[in-house]
Amino acid sequence: MASQVFDLSGLDALIGVLRADGRVVVGPLLRDDAITLAEVKSATDLPSGWGVEIGPGHYRVRRRTDTAVFGHSAGPQSWKRFLHPPHRTLMSSDSSGFHAVQDDTPDYAFLGVRACDLAAIGKLRQITGGRAPFVVAAQCTEPGEVCFCTSMGCGPAAGPGYDIALTERIDEQGQRFLATSGTAEGAAVLARVPAREAVPEDIALAEQDVDAAARNMGRAMPELDLRDLLAAGRDSAHWEAVAERCLTCGNCTMVCPTCFCVSVEDHTDLDGNAERAQRWASCFEIDFSYLHGGAVRTSGAARYRQWMTHKLGTWHDQFGTSGCVGCGRCIAWCPAGIDITEEAAVLSQTMKHGGDRR
Amino acid sequence: MTWVPTPYRVVARTVETHDSATLTLRPVAESLPGFRPGQFAMLYAHGVGEVPISISAIPGDGTLVHTIRAVGAVSRALHDAEPGTVIGARGPFGTAWQLDGVEDLLVVAGGIGLAPLRPVLGHLSKRTVLIAGARTPQDLLYKDELGQLSSVDTVLTVDHGDHDWHGRVGFVTEPLASLPFDPERTTALLCGPEPMMRFCARTLLGRGLAPDRIQVSLERNMQCGIGVCGHCQLGPLLLCRDGPVTGYPTARPLLSAKEL
Repeated sequence: MASQVFDLSGLDALIGVLRADGRVVVGPLLRDDAITLAEVKSATDLPSGWGVEIGPGHYRVRRRTDTAVFGHSAGPQSWKRFLHPPHRTLMSSDSSGFHAVQDDTPDYAFLGVRACDLAAIGKLRQITGGRAPFVVAAQCTEPGEVCFCTSMGCGPAAGPGYDIALTERIDEQGQRFLATSGTAEGAAVLARVPAREAVPEDIALAEQDVDAAARNMGRAMPELDLRDLLAAGRDSAHWEAVAERCLTCGNCTMVCPTCFCVSVEDHTDLDGNAERAQRWASCFEIDFSYLHGGAVRTSGAARYRQWMTHKLGTWHDQFGTSGCVGCGRCIAWCPAGIDITEEAAVLSQTMKHGGDRR
Repeated sequence: MTWVPTPYRVVARTVETHDSATLTLRPVAESLPGFRPGQFAMLYAHGVGEVPISISAIPGDGTLVHTIRAVGAVSRALHDAEPGTVIGARGPFGTAWQLDGVEDLLVVAGGIGLAPLRPVLGHLSKRTVLIAGARTPQDLLYKDELGQLSSVDTVLTVDHGDHDWHGRVGFVTEPLASLPFDPERTTALLCGPEPMMRFCARTLLGRGLAPDRIQVSLERNMQCGIGVCGHCQLGPLLLCRDGPVTGYPTARPLLSAKEL
């Protein structure tokens, strides 16, 4: 766990080292008035001086007063689109039989992965498998208004799973990054980046900044066992109240960094060849629960309940952990501004008063 | 390669009813591992799609036997597959009927729900009672075969009879309510529409059978069989992995919830 310090030119060198090793470096990029994720070729591609203004059903990029490159919280995309692409061919079928498809996933290095998203990558890969990416985490020092990673135990300090963790700081000594390796591979990469050795003060300042972030979370989940709450609240009338606002558009499931559901379908060509492919699906789609005779979950209330119960409750039963990391994307990108922390709080209040069985 | 099916050739096709047929599939080369009663395969019709189908007989010669009811595009394509057709199979998936230590066996099936229970019938030296229901006499599966199973006491019932039907008319719960059985020795296996299983279980519980002596086979949309598509969730369960067969203590609260 050696630590070192470099400036923006060192970050550029880090990107260069990762690229020289044949990795596709994906990081934050300002595009279409949002902080998106795309291939970055140098540190100048990063959104220097751009932050975000974020709230329920609200997202705007804004100019910062400094030149921070990681001074923004979760954007509309997540690393899911690279690890679990929106569309993926599974196999092909023709007159000679069934064939596996070549895995053409590049060797990714993810740059600027926040603690919430690092946890999400772990949860997602537990289900979808696939090759582990090289992860350069960016510890969070400035959470957004919809963030609640502290409640979910996923941040703001980067948990296990990173190869390198960066903490960005800008003060009278300038803009710099404290870099700490988490794996031998990370240490080997860092050894090739020009930097000065970290002094205790660098480490103390980084810890202080991340601790402060934990106290500045925009939101929090109610302090109780969410799994028990969702199990007990299954028949609550509150689901109807959410359904009055929910458009069942599925945006929350698309932006969620752990929502993994897919539908599988065949595509055929005129020569009689077929490809079987999966595409992102959402439990808000009416056909998602289709059985011969009709869909199981037709009401908006049932579909919202399925999503939130799975995310916070039954994910534990299925995968031994929560499905939520507290990134807040589902709050920001809900066109109706439905806030999962608020709905959990109302549900817990309802249950405290003896429930309200419909 | 979990997504790539293993090719099987249709070597026999038996028409069971106006909408159901039984296919016997022989591996083209490699074969899948052995299935246990209650488990299912994902069967693939070229260019149409893949659906979960229970194993409906286990001859032990490497063939797969599936009874398929045509209810949608994929099941229609599989149902219509003539001998010689190559289809794909993946599996075995899911949980099996738990038959260890079973004494008396009570099997209750509704409609196509008899298919996943067929491998259990006549293969145990236990006293077995079968109650099978269908909408009409034309919907009853395996009629001739059931008559020949000497080790099974069979009760057939239909919702609507016709001129040639001299058997029972009514729901499977009716014979279940009067059937003599020993609650201390009996294990009940239920498969059919959810309301049918719910009412059968209620009848059995009312007659003193313990909930953990009842097993049910549950159904939800399934698109992968390997716990990665998310469609088969039923509350805490991923039915392709934690089902389709579950004990009634697990299933009971899930079956009583609407739109779960």
